[in-house]
Amino acid sequence: MAAALINVPSRAKRGDIIEIRTLTSHIMETGFRHTMDGTLVPRDIITSFTCRYNGTEIFRADLFPAIAANPYLSFFTIAKESGKFEFEWIGDNGYASTASASITVE
Amino acid sequence: MSFWRAIAVVAFLVTVPGLLAGEIPSDARRSGYSFMGPETRAIQDDDTSNPGMLFVLDGEALWAKKTGSAGKACADCHGDARNSMKGIAARYPAFDKTLGRPVTLDQRINLCRADHQQATPLPYESRDLLALSAFVAQQSRGVAITAGDDPQAKPFVEQGRNLFMQREGQLNLACTNCHDDNFDKHLAGAPITQAQPTGYPLYRLEWQTLGSLERRLRSCMAGVRAQAYDYGAPELVALELYLMSRARGMPMETPAVRP
Amino acid sequence: MPTTRRQFLSLAGSVTAAGAIPIVTLRPLNATPAMLNTAIRNVVGEAAIRTGKVKIDIPPLVENGNTVPMTISVASPMTADDYVKSIHVFNEKNPQPNIGNFYFNPSSGRAQVSTRIRLADTQKVVAIARLSDDSFWQVTADVVVTLAACTEEVN
Repeated sequence: MAAALINVPSRAKRGDIIEIRTLTSHIMETGFRHTMDGTLVPRDIITSFTCRYNGTEIFRADLFPAIAANPYLSFFTIAKESGKFEFEWIGDNGYASTASASITVE
Repeated sequence: MSFWRAIAVVAFLVTVPGLLAGEIPSDARRSGYSFMGPETRAIQDDDTSNPGMLFVLDGEALWAKKTGSAGKACADCHGDARNSMKGIAARYPAFDKTLGRPVTLDQRINLCRADHQQATPLPYESRDLLALSAFVAQQSRGVAITAGDDPQAKPFVEQGRNLFMQREGQLNLACTNCHDDNFDKHLAGAPITQAQPTGYPLYRLEWQTLGSLERRLRSCMAGVRAQAYDYGAPELVALELYLMSRARGMPMETPAVRP
Repeated sequence: MPTTRRQFLSLAGSVTAAGAIPIVTLRPLNATPAMLNTAIRNVVGEAAIRTGKVKIDIPPLVENGNTVPMTISVASPMTADDYVKSIHVFNEKNPQPNIGNFYFNPSSGRAQVSTRIRLADTQKVVAIARLSDDSFWQVTADVVVTLAACTEEVN
């Protein structure tokens, strides 16, 4: 399951700086841990996150094993126009997940 | 790490020799929340930053999903969990008349799966069981705990209390030695809480996932170098029941966040 | 991450001067391990790194190193002519020195990001911001990581 929690204000005034918060399910296995019998647990992390606002990239992040499980990211943008935020997480083993949220700008 | 932890435990025993085992007066009871720093509290306070809510979302989807050879979903019998499940988790573990013993919420979910959905049981600590359990328990958020009120549960509450008071393991410590006698002090840098199970299943920063009260109890047992009871063992259920009855009246916080 | 603790301890031996943070320097971080320095140089190249403008908000004493909330912000007007391009966060004693790279533009409005990180031991966290004029600014925070009592065995 790839649940994600997105917090974007549903309405904002044009020009307002708004906060966007995202939380997504992922184990973020570091690739540095071993099992009891000494086998290395292979790395399985999200490596990249992108947020687009009506198609234009407004925030991007490269993630490393030092990011905690179930990655949380909060960042800002200027509310320019009504429309859609699209979120994309990409990771190891072909992991890809997306979410979106809409905003009304007055 | 074990070596350093052993030193810390020994030092703690030497420095607080005089305290006697005593139960906590009801007005002095405190949720584990009150022992946390502001940063960890902030994670619990906001549902969109609480990773436990990811499991609640999964649980909500599972609630409505048909499963087992009966092809039924939880919702087919119980309807909207927001109404039907409100307050339920606050009275678990609950006495089951057919079995003649208390069952945990996890066990109740699996009994439902067996009896009504004809589905295989979900393994303890599996994501699906934690998710369903978290979704059900979240409906009781803010509801006062009443587990153990059932007269038929009393002998099991007493069994759990005895286990709580009983010294065990290579460190020869009982739950009460830390959680009744020495809460608010520190053990290896971490605050000792009162062990009030108000928020299970909860998201532990250490685990980086949601976990059950039984998982927590088992890690405490490993901490005192005792052989932990198996998941679902009658002793663990009795301990869980005692702890919930000990927290009687405190509000449920599921899904809580703890260090 | 208990399996790597021994490696951290051996690393820690070589950086006992970690408490001294330079106030202003053109050759910062020379007291930190080679891996951290290399990771930083991979981002900034040969450019000078100045101290200031960047702020790390992180608990000085964390409750569990597996999930440490952290906010990085940069004092910037965030205009088309003067904005923060990116923030790069590093650590000193995890198995790998990188934590995250975060990219902004003038429409971000505010150069600030919050996330939750893993810190395997008591150590420094370094944040470096790249501004639109390609100058680099940094800040360092010391974080004490306490070990939880009664942790489970890894399986």
